[in-house]
Amino acid sequence: MAYGEKMAIEADGLRKRYGETVALDGLDLAVPAGSVCGVLGPNGAGKTTAVRVLATLARVDAGRAVVAGVDVGRDPAGVRRRIGLVGQHAAVDEALSGRANLVLFGRLLHLGVSRARARAEELLERFDLEDAADRSVSGYSGGMRRRLDLAAGLMVAPDVLFLDEPTTGLDPRSRLEVWEAVRGLAAEGTTVLLTTQYLEEADRLADRIAVVDGGRVVAEGTPAELKDALAGDWIEVVVRDADDVVAAAALLARISGVAPEVDTLRVSAPVRDRMGALAAVIGELDAEDVSLRRPTLDEVFLELTR
Amino acid sequence: MSLRWVFADTWTLTLRALSHWARQPFVALVGFLFPVLVLVMFAYLLRGGYGDDYPELLVPGMLALTTVFGLETTMTAVVTDAQRGITDRFRSLPMAGAAVVSGRAVADLLHAVLGLVVLMACGWAIGWRVHGGVLDALAAVGLLVLLRFSLIWMGVFLGLVAGRPEAVSAVQILVWPLGFLSIAFTDPGSMPGWLGTVAEWNPLSSTVAATRELFGNPGWESQSWVAEHAVLMAVVWPLVLTAIFFPLAVARYRSAA
Repeated sequence: MAYGEKMAIEADGLRKRYGETVALDGLDLAVPAGSVCGVLGPNGAGKTTAVRVLATLARVDAGRAVVAGVDVGRDPAGVRRRIGLVGQHAAVDEALSGRANLVLFGRLLHLGVSRARARAEELLERFDLEDAADRSVSGYSGGMRRRLDLAAGLMVAPDVLFLDEPTTGLDPRSRLEVWEAVRGLAAEGTTVLLTTQYLEEADRLADRIAVVDGGRVVAEGTPAELKDALAGDWIEVVVRDADDVVAAAALLARISGVAPEVDTLRVSAPVRDRMGALAAVIGELDAEDVSLRRPTLDEVFLELTR
Repeated sequence: MSLRWVFADTWTLTLRALSHWARQPFVALVGFLFPVLVLVMFAYLLRGGYGDDYPELLVPGMLALTTVFGLETTMTAVVTDAQRGITDRFRSLPMAGAAVVSGRAVADLLHAVLGLVVLMACGWAIGWRVHGGVLDALAAVGLLVLLRFSLIWMGVFLGLVAGRPEAVSAVQILVWPLGFLSIAFTDPGSMPGWLGTVAEWNPLSSTVAATRELFGNPGWESQSWVAEHAVLMAVVWPLVLTAIFFPLAVARYRSAA
């Protein structure tokens, strides 16, 4: 791809089957170093499999991936030295304290006991877990577990950090906490690849988004580019009363060629010929209000994974 | 990965398992007391049928059955780590891969030895005695540890294959008929002919017969080949189990997806 930048992740035609199920069907991905890439897709799109392959947990049937300059298939141990993985489950030891968890992972990263302790201290402070540091993780809230999980993925500052659905199942406050942490990492130059089912999350955190469906990237770009690429603007008509909804829907269906979305008195559909559509609505309908607007990322997503 | 890191990582994960017991002493305590309870129950409820010598027969049987219970300990730990995503985190770290299983193995063996010591002390209290030499007695304990060693690989494999806690309950239940279809508690001569043969060829039975022999405890009268070669078979069976399940466990761990 022609970004002219150094790539932290390059995946080329990744294929992976589990029995009859095709999990990856020629997935391509290029993530510039120091950026945040959001991999967005519905359940079963292949997001988790992609992360498992890039983090050396699963082998591909075909294709090639390079992470932090190291070939995943040829030198998985080399990749492991340069990445952090935060999986879907908060993969921390419930029976141990937060501090003991971090020291454990630090020792397994061969930091040595004293450096592991010092780094654990730093991260506990950074993720606001000092007060809970000596309590068993089994008593932590979902958000605290996630933050500990993130901290564990950062015991050695990784070149590339993989976050697989980091906020799934979290309450809104915990979600904001995790977002804050991810932004902080990105600001320090860590390349982050995060998968998510939440459009808002991708929109807020990612520099570039790859929309994945059926094991393939079906669209890729900045959030703004994605919104542009898809059918341009939407026309939105607000009718005066419920009896007019049917007529408005029929007109918009004719103009746009797809079934419009109806929300009580509000009818909207994507359009290409903006002025023609406006003229048609003003000429044929006695509407309360008519406007042109950018699609929401939700609409883009639904369109792409339809 | 240098050998030094294999040892260092193994030790780190052994300490992790040990600190689980330290942090949840109640769980560990129940684990140790359950076999003691079974021992006492059998010793006093079934003694009438076998006479005052029964503890002499019973304790080696109970030691072997407790060793088999260890299968659940290993499986539970493996399933819990896999479910929580901890196994995946370990696999994504630049640590020695072998240490994940070897750390488990060392911790489980320490756990098993401690459990055997507790049970032997209780056996002593209800009248069980060692009549042979110290070396023979140590050899008997060695055979029990060897059986436990082979069950570690079976437990790792089954845990990775099953991946769910319900599967552990199934194994927990199935251990009982396996334990009773042996020479641990009753005379195979009193069973229907074919069932007695099955019981005698149960790997558990070889360990029971061999430890009785080495502790100098009485055994059942039997002229079958497998009974005459108990010590040999108590070595062969665990080696066979290890030969089967060690490669399976390693392969499963490497490919777990």
